[in-house]
Amino acid sequence: MARFGMVIDTKKCVGCMDCVVVCKTENNVPEGFNRDWIVQDVRGKNPHLQMEIRSERCNHCDNPPCVYCCPTGASHVHDLGGVVIVTHDMCIGCKACIAACPYDARFIHPEGYADKCTFCIHRVEKGMGPACVSVCPTHCMFWGALDDPNSEVSKLLDSRKHHALIPEAGTKPQIFYLV
Amino acid sequence: MNPLSRRKFLKISGATIAVAATIGTVTKAIENAGDTKSKGIQKIPTFCDICFWKCGAIAYVRDGKLWKIEGNPLDPLSRGRLCPRGTGGIGAYYDPDRLRAPLIRMQERGKEMWKEVTWDEALSYIADKMQKIKSQYGPESMSMFSHGIGGNFLRHTLKAYGTINFAAPSFAQCRGPRDVGFKLTFGEDVSSPERTDIKNAQCLVLIGSHLGENMHNTQAQEFAETVGNGASIIVVDPRYSVAASKAKYYLPIKPGTDLAFLLAWMNVIVSENLYDKEYVEKYGFGFEQFKAELSAYTPEWAYPETGIEPKLIRATAREMARYKPATLIHPGRHVTWYGDDAQRSRAIALLNALMGSWGRKGGFYYPVSMDMPGYPYPAYPTPTKDKVDNPNKKYPFAHEAITTGIREATITGKPYPVKGWMVYATNLFHALPNENETINAIQNLDLLVVVDVIPSEIAGWADVVLPESVYLERHDDINVEWFREPFVALRQPVVKSPHDQKPNWWIAKKLAEKLGLGNYYPWKDIEEYINHRMTAAGLSFDELKKNGIILGDKQPIYFDEGVPIEFFTPSGKIEFYSLQLQQAGFDPVPKYKRPTIGPPGSFRLLYGRSPVHSFSRTQTNRILSDMMSENEVWINANVAERYDLKSGDYVRLKNQDGVVSNKIKVKATERIRPDCVYMVHGFGHTAKGLKHAFLKGASDAQLLTRYETDPLMGGTGMNMNFVTIEVEA
Amino acid sequence: MNEYTTTRHNEMIDPSLHIWGWEIPVYLFIGGLVAGMMIITGYFIFKGKYKDKACVCGVLPLLGMIILSAGMFALFLDLEHKLYTWRLYTSFKIASPMSWGAWILIVVYPAMAASFFVNVPEYFSKIFPWMDKISEKLQQHRYLIKNIGVINMLLGGLLGIYTGVLLSALGARPLWNSSMLWLLFLVSGLSSAAAFVHMVAGRVDERELLAKADNGFLIIEIFVIGLFVIGMITSTKVHIQSAMLLLSGIYAPVFWVFVVGLGIVIPLIIQLLAVNHKIKHTPIAPIMVIIGGLILRFVIVDAGQYSHWIDAAF
Ligand SMILES: Nc1nc2c(c(=O)[nH]1)N[C@H]1C(S)=C(S)[C@@H](COP(=O)(O)OP(=O)(O)OC[C@H]3O[C@@H](n4cnc5c(=O)[nH]c(N)nc54)[C@H](O)[C@@H]3O)O[C@H]1N2
Ligand SMILES: Nc1nc2c(c(=O)[nH]1)N[C@H]1C(S)=C(S)[C@@H](COP(=O)(O)OP(=O)(O)OC[C@H]3O[C@@H](n4cnc5c(=O)[nH]c(N)nc54)[C@H](O)[C@@H]3O)O[C@H]1N2
Ligand code: SF4
Ligand code: SF4
Ligand code: SF4
Ligand code: SF4
Ligand code: SF4
Ligand SMILES: [Mo]
Repeated sequence: MARFGMVIDTKKCVGCMDCVVVCKTENNVPEGFNRDWIVQDVRGKNPHLQMEIRSERCNHCDNPPCVYCCPTGASHVHDLGGVVIVTHDMCIGCKACIAACPYDARFIHPEGYADKCTFCIHRVEKGMGPACVSVCPTHCMFWGALDDPNSEVSKLLDSRKHHALIPEAGTKPQIFYLV
Repeated sequence: MNPLSRRKFLKISGATIAVAATIGTVTKAIENAGDTKSKGIQKIPTFCDICFWKCGAIAYVRDGKLWKIEGNPLDPLSRGRLCPRGTGGIGAYYDPDRLRAPLIRMQERGKEMWKEVTWDEALSYIADKMQKIKSQYGPESMSMFSHGIGGNFLRHTLKAYGTINFAAPSFAQCRGPRDVGFKLTFGEDVSSPERTDIKNAQCLVLIGSHLGENMHNTQAQEFAETVGNGASIIVVDPRYSVAASKAKYYLPIKPGTDLAFLLAWMNVIVSENLYDKEYVEKYGFGFEQFKAELSAYTPEWAYPETGIEPKLIRATAREMARYKPATLIHPGRHVTWYGDDAQRSRAIALLNALMGSWGRKGGFYYPVSMDMPGYPYPAYPTPTKDKVDNPNKKYPFAHEAITTGIREATITGKPYPVKGWMVYATNLFHALPNENETINAIQNLDLLVVVDVIPSEIAGWADVVLPESVYLERHDDINVEWFREPFVALRQPVVKSPHDQKPNWWIAKKLAEKLGLGNYYPWKDIEEYINHRMTAAGLSFDELKKNGIILGDKQPIYFDEGVPIEFFTPSGKIEFYSLQLQQAGFDPVPKYKRPTIGPPGSFRLLYGRSPVHSFSRTQTNRILSDMMSENEVWINANVAERYDLKSGDYVRLKNQDGVVSNKIKVKATERIRPDCVYMVHGFGHTAKGLKHAFLKGASDAQLLTRYETDPLMGGTGMNMNFVTIEVEA
Repeated sequence: MNEYTTTRHNEMIDPSLHIWGWEIPVYLFIGGLVAGMMIITGYFIFKGKYKDKACVCGVLPLLGMIILSAGMFALFLDLEHKLYTWRLYTSFKIASPMSWGAWILIVVYPAMAASFFVNVPEYFSKIFPWMDKISEKLQQHRYLIKNIGVINMLLGGLLGIYTGVLLSALGARPLWNSSMLWLLFLVSGLSSAAAFVHMVAGRVDERELLAKADNGFLIIEIFVIGLFVIGMITSTKVHIQSAMLLLSGIYAPVFWVFVVGLGIVIPLIIQLLAVNHKIKHTPIAPIMVIIGGLILRFVIVDAGQYSHWIDAAF
């Protein structure tokens, strides 16, 4: 079974938010909410500065606390590629999963259930990649099977330096940032 | 590429060229577009209009409802991917703040009190006033501000009426100085889309060009591509831009001193013999005089001016030389900064000439285009007067009309009165500096018509407001672009207009009929018009409708590939020393003038783009405003600390003339020099109808009461304003 | 300096997490309080004190059920997808404290009901004589009664512990990420319950006993808070930062003044004086303890949500 993940090249990302905009139109994310977002991480003192720009979203963790803490099983790991998703009509909106996510990747949809990035599973099931990956004007996002050594994502991780977000939280995030 | 079409490129005025041809068969409009009864997904190709880049796109209609829009993979501009604004473009269709019906003013101008009228009433009213202006002052007293391809037909109607005064802010408030600087040097301008070969550049120099925030799609894509390829990036900007974060060298220049910096760079390159000798010898004119003038501008001289250390100036000069001729010093686009902009742009052109990048891979390519004959219209009336914007060639090198020139003539009535403005898709209150002058000019008008999609600030002052269909609901003229490869693109309706909005071509045709100029519209509808032009060019309209784009054959775009090496300057060469300028009383080689400094305790106000907004036009787009609903003022972290300000606090900015801005959030950041502040342009709307954007953030335009006019070409340098920070109680 | 800018602006998430308002702290407090009440009731029953009709263990079960229901109602109010609440009871998720809690709540009611029938207060048996009948039947099985006492203590303990585990299982919030939290909430629940019972108890000896017990719980609570804090500040940077929220940061005034000062130390002093008969017993000290216990839950829930793995100014 495949293990899906994402690789994002921070060297190329310009933080344009196209990935955020498209997630809205593709997934009907309501006004005032974001499934993905941009972080600008600036270090140093003027003029000796460094900035990493990251497109962030649910990390589809391999060790997902949001799934463990869910009292109903609404939050679960999908058979397809280990994607973490929420079944809307099983969710009671207790928000435990929101509190459990160190990345604050989740939110309560105005209709009451917990919502977040689905890795565009509806597209993946049709053999397409996530919407955000497909529009990124700088082509800095990659998506695929991390457990396939020949996939683009695996090759990138083999050949480039990278990091993941807050690995010390023990969640085993599956989105990697090339530096 | 044949020389004929090269020369046509030089006359890139957008004027249609009459060619006789027969009218072909008329094809029907997309029948089901916007039909809520239709099920399933329709994909309709069109091109984007959230900015002027005109990216090819494919709109998705799901069960009759507009769903999303993606890039058209066939299109060389979008390369299959839109920028964030294009992706969010469907928000323009859904915008609840849209204009719905024609409006006629009920009270004083600017009070935004209207009555809704029918199109017939509105157009009769306009035609009537226009006829009066014509009989009283002559047709030249009507003028038009128009930005973008949408305005082509209204322009045609006004030309038929006899007007000669057409201007867009894209010249005197945007790229004009650059195009003049390059034309003076190479004999051709850079134009739009820029002929910059970013993707092949091995060294890319950005002087304030904030690619990545400036999201002109192909440029941003190529920028990332070249970064990914490991090109050496040098960024000169008082602000640590996104582009700066990708740079090998970031040079935080003191604002307004770029010319000093450029001269020092050229000094190093010439004195260290780092330039492309063969190229300069073969194609250059006046190099020796140029070289002699440069000798004074050492890096040591430039240091106190620019704040950039001599060793960095030298290091970066050598870095550029290392990659020549694939070293591209980007000419920028919005370059109307300090009033010496044409000369600064000329210095950039000269630096490129030293690198030998013009006509070379990784530098400036030679754009190509389809040979698309215009529609065979009757000839326009012969004007009896000169254009009003630039009397007596006051600005001798302006090769396009000057918006602010028309505005000035409207205020002064000289060289002749201007009594009518037709304003199409340009929000003059945000686009032109000094809004008082705009208001004064408007008060002298007998007629102000604004064609817009939302009740913008300029619409608020109009006598008649005409609601246009947004780009997703209309046909426009076909886009015959000058680019890397020839192509023609179609904009066609994806959905129906939700209310009584009409497309430009319809408005223009009806107005012409009201004016008794129906003979200028021999076609029944725009499809007949497009079909005619396509047929005349030997192309299939059906294919265009299906694919949205038709590509022509690849043609050479570099000298190496066989582009004829010609320079349309008086000397026929690259003019290192410009006799033209000398004869007109200007510096033949650019000279540095120190910029004016602000009152003590003030900060120079700089402004730029957010990747998710276009100028002042997208703040009510609910998708895009959800990305960013108000702008922030960037204040250097140490300065903010002095004022005891944190990010997120609100302040007001007060400029040197006492104008106080709306409240604006602070972004306390290391990413800007302490002597300036920065904000994204286009916010702080004051038009009441823009409910969603009303008084969100601050308007840079409102604070730009001062501007310095470029003596070469009439551009308005707008980085001339200084503000103090008023802490909100 | 590290400058961190995010474009995310999700309701209840940004600029800092605030998904849980008053409902959850109130619920957690009530959970702890009722847990303590159950333990006290269970203890009295186990010790055979129920034989005295005036024993406070007579009223506690009913009060407990009422108060706990109020707590559950608060919890219910917090749910965002209320129509689906029944989903809690279509599965049991072993890794989810929330699921454990749901089921614990289901079993504590019968336990409390059982303890209620051990010693039905007179005003009930007058109106519902059948209650006395059940009680009488029960009285015949001393062994059963002892077990009811034990079960109440056990389930009370579980309930109290669970209120802490609910938070400490959420490792994403460094402040909650402590192995002391269950003990803290349990002890705090016990001290609140002791204080509460102290007020409602009719018998002087019971009051005296509970005041003494409360003093003991308060002293233990101080130690547990100490251990909790030491645990934090000897851990990673983010944990230290989160502890600082309480010790010197924005939550410090409330924490020191209301939780530690007015909620533990002052009432402890008052009650020490009272049990040593230096001053008279008043409800002041127990009320302070109870309010302190409530505020403790508010502070921990709020500061916990504020604490973050990314050490940056969000
Ligand atoms: N202060 C300041 N001034 C500037 C600039 C700046 O950065 N700061 N930038 C300068 C530059 S580079 C440029 S290019 C110009 C741009 O200047 P403009 O082209 O004037 O840009 P906008 O201010 O967005 O005004 C566009 C108007 O067109 C309307 N519009 C949008 N779509 C349509 C449509 O489909 N049909 C019709 N009829 N109307 C439509 C919008 O609602 C809006 O009112 O501004 C220049 N002026
Ligand atoms: N998303 C988005 N993209 C756009 C547009 C849009 O509205 N939205 N508009 C398009 C249009 S029409 C244009 S013209 C372009 C404009 O975009 P550009 O031509 O790239 O940039 P400018 O607006 O001229 O300049 C803004 C940058 O110049 C820097 N700057 C200011 N003063 C100085 C100075 O004295 N020296 C130097 N070296 N740098 C300085 C600022 O810090 C800022 O980074 O963007 C285009 N792209
Ligand atoms: S679309 Fe691509 S370049 Fe733009 S912000 Fe997202 S990841 Fe970065
Ligand atoms: S990022 Fe958060 S929501 Fe996503 S799987 Fe990990 S813990 Fe769960
Ligand atoms: S909010 Fe929904 S998905 Fe999240 S833990 Fe509760 S029931 Fe599960
Ligand atoms: S993968 Fe899909 S759902 Fe997730 S952020 Fe990208 S577009 Fe949104
Ligand atoms: S650059 Fe963006 S906004 Fe402009 S035309 Fe292209 S997609 Fe549309
Ligand atoms: Mo522009």
